[in-house]
Amino acid sequence: MKIYTSIDEVQAGLAGQGYVCDRALATVVYLALTLGRPLFLEGEAGTGKTEIAKALAVALGRRLIRLQCYEGLDAASAVYEWNFAEQMIAIRAAEAAGGVDRERLTHELFSEDFLIERPLLQAMRPQEGGAPVLLIDEIDRTDEPFEAFLLEALSDFQVTIPEMGTIRAPAPPIVVLTSNRTREVHDALKRRCLYHWVDYPDFEREMEILHARAPEAAARLSRQVVAFVQRLRTEDLFKKPGVAETIDWAKCLLALDVIDLSPEVIADTLGAILKYQDDIQKLQGSEARRILDEARATLEPA
Amino acid sequence: MAENIPPDLPDNPRLTRNITHFARALRKAGLLAGPGRVVDAIRAVEAAGFTRREDFFHTLRACFISRPEHRAVFAQIFRLYWRDPRYMEHMMAMLLPAMRGVQEERAAQAAERRAAEALLDGITPETPTPEGGEDDEESEIEVDASLTMSREERLRRLDFEQMSSDESAEARRMLARLTLPVRPVASRRGQASPQGARIDARKTLRAAMRRGGEMRRIHRARPRPRWPNLVVLCDISGSMSQYSRMVLYFLHAVANHKGAGWARVHAFTFGTRLTNITRHLATRDVDAALAAAGRQARDWEGGTRIAACLHEFNRDWSRRVMGGGAVVLLITDGLERDAPETLAREMQRLQLSARRLIWLNPLLRWDQFAPRARGIRAMLPYVDSLRAGHSIATLEALGVAISQPDDIGEKARLMTVLG
Repeated sequence: MKIYTSIDEVQAGLAGQGYVCDRALATVVYLALTLGRPLFLEGEAGTGKTEIAKALAVALGRRLIRLQCYEGLDAASAVYEWNFAEQMIAIRAAEAAGGVDRERLTHELFSEDFLIERPLLQAMRPQEGGAPVLLIDEIDRTDEPFEAFLLEALSDFQVTIPEMGTIRAPAPPIVVLTSNRTREVHDALKRRCLYHWVDYPDFEREMEILHARAPEAAARLSRQVVAFVQRLRTEDLFKKPGVAETIDWAKCLLALDVIDLSPEVIADTLGAILKYQDDIQKLQGSEARRILDEARATLEPA
Repeated sequence: MAENIPPDLPDNPRLTRNITHFARALRKAGLLAGPGRVVDAIRAVEAAGFTRREDFFHTLRACFISRPEHRAVFAQIFRLYWRDPRYMEHMMAMLLPAMRGVQEERAAQAAERRAAEALLDGITPETPTPEGGEDDEESEIEVDASLTMSREERLRRLDFEQMSSDESAEARRMLARLTLPVRPVASRRGQASPQGARIDARKTLRAAMRRGGEMRRIHRARPRPRWPNLVVLCDISGSMSQYSRMVLYFLHAVANHKGAGWARVHAFTFGTRLTNITRHLATRDVDAALAAAGRQARDWEGGTRIAACLHEFNRDWSRRVMGGGAVVLLITDGLERDAPETLAREMQRLQLSARRLIWLNPLLRWDQFAPRARGIRAMLPYVDSLRAGHSIATLEALGVAISQPDDIGEKARLMTVLG
């Protein structure tokens, strides 16, 4: 079972999976792993919050269990559910065969065969390779009753199924919660976790990320792409492009065999970085040219 | 209480003491750092080690903050404190008597302000018996009206800006009793109901198990209602001054309404800049709440820059407060200094993010009001409903209208005038 003993090892381990993170994030990840506390990552969309959980799972050799949150998510969809259809068929079959023994029927019907395990319960089961990585994605999309339920589940790491008993996790899973901040997550949940705000990276780090994720891109094109996106983030947009958008755009340009950025190419591929019509309209015409020139100007001395 | 001390704290008493004092400094700065966090921080520092100063910084930051706004404050206090702890102690000691003085000064200011209001609000003097013809017809009309309508009825219809200080005080009392009723919306969660449309299989089967598999009854569920959020954007510039003060009293009553009401009420004021006053409205005492809000929003009775403030709201706040379909109440007269194109764009974005956008315009107090100003013409197409809101009666009408989802108020009439 792989264990990290220092922050440098965490950074190296994640870099080995193609995830470039800064020292602050590596520190928080190391603390979460060592102290056994959940990790709460908040930030704008597209900054690599979900990616780090995936990279961590592969780097540590653990299974990744993902719970995607949405409004109205309740315990039934998050923890477990009984397979009612099969249970009813089993009841009818037993009745048809004749001689229904109530005790045995109840015992059989509420057994593991008829239990549908959802992510939270799956995370409590023993896995080979060690405790799994439980990714609870976009917790800000659920509502407060689910947060209260999660608070309880994360403190004890055990689930009680009335018909079967209590299931405890042999080793507490590594929990990563992500949020896009469309709603303020309650402080009680944040306090249980180690909090980190994931910001947009700076030029050097974004170059490293692009090199790790899209290595086929030539250095010249990568520099232009990163400089343009960095410049774009200083503009007044409704939704600034994230790192995921940079990587997507680089791959689009590669597919189009582009060598150098030009205003025409930018106008054609703008949909890869900007996802709102107001922002795209703002960038038509001379705006794109102006930003491209400014981005090129920052590259000259380098 | 030896058994309460966790056994795995490091043996380094100085470190423990320093981190505890650091937490106290954070608390003074407004960050919440209770003893639980202190213990976590000590354990984390022991786990992370002391190899680099930046690691120490990141470790403490991960334990002590929960919001991105706190990062800057934390960085500053960290820099000050870990350079020399005694520096922080001296600063805190020096500040304490001054802080007490500030408290008293603030209390004095509030009292002074009320006195000033009492003096200055009575622009139309309260002369109970008009002496001769030197007073204008206003006082005569007052006498007439008081014969036909009761006093409270008259107060309900009186425009906020024409109230004297006595009338304002009484109007405030009436406003405290007003509410803004809201109709719940269906959510995806279910609740048990015998007439519901969904079948609750879980409950049905559990009940059947008590009878050995015999299903006597099918349990049903229906969608559980949930209440939407309310977001209020109130203009506090010079042209709206007396009016906005009364409206804030109304908002305080709405925000503190007990019982089934809005899920969350977020309130913002804007004039030349946007200020979030939601936390202040949570204070029970309305005068204290509005005094605190007044201190935080510095642009009272200044100019109006609606487009810039709406842009700031759309960029920084709309994704955070409008989740789940919020009703937005925009209270402004629409007289805007800047160009109307940006205003139209920001209003469009605001309408797209809101479930309903309701515009309260005090200029509708005049029957002959026609949308001539550029700002008003730019804003009108993007609202869902336009209503007057210059007196208590119109605010009550707002309460009735807001529970009807397809009410559009005066918008249709004014859109035809726009052409």
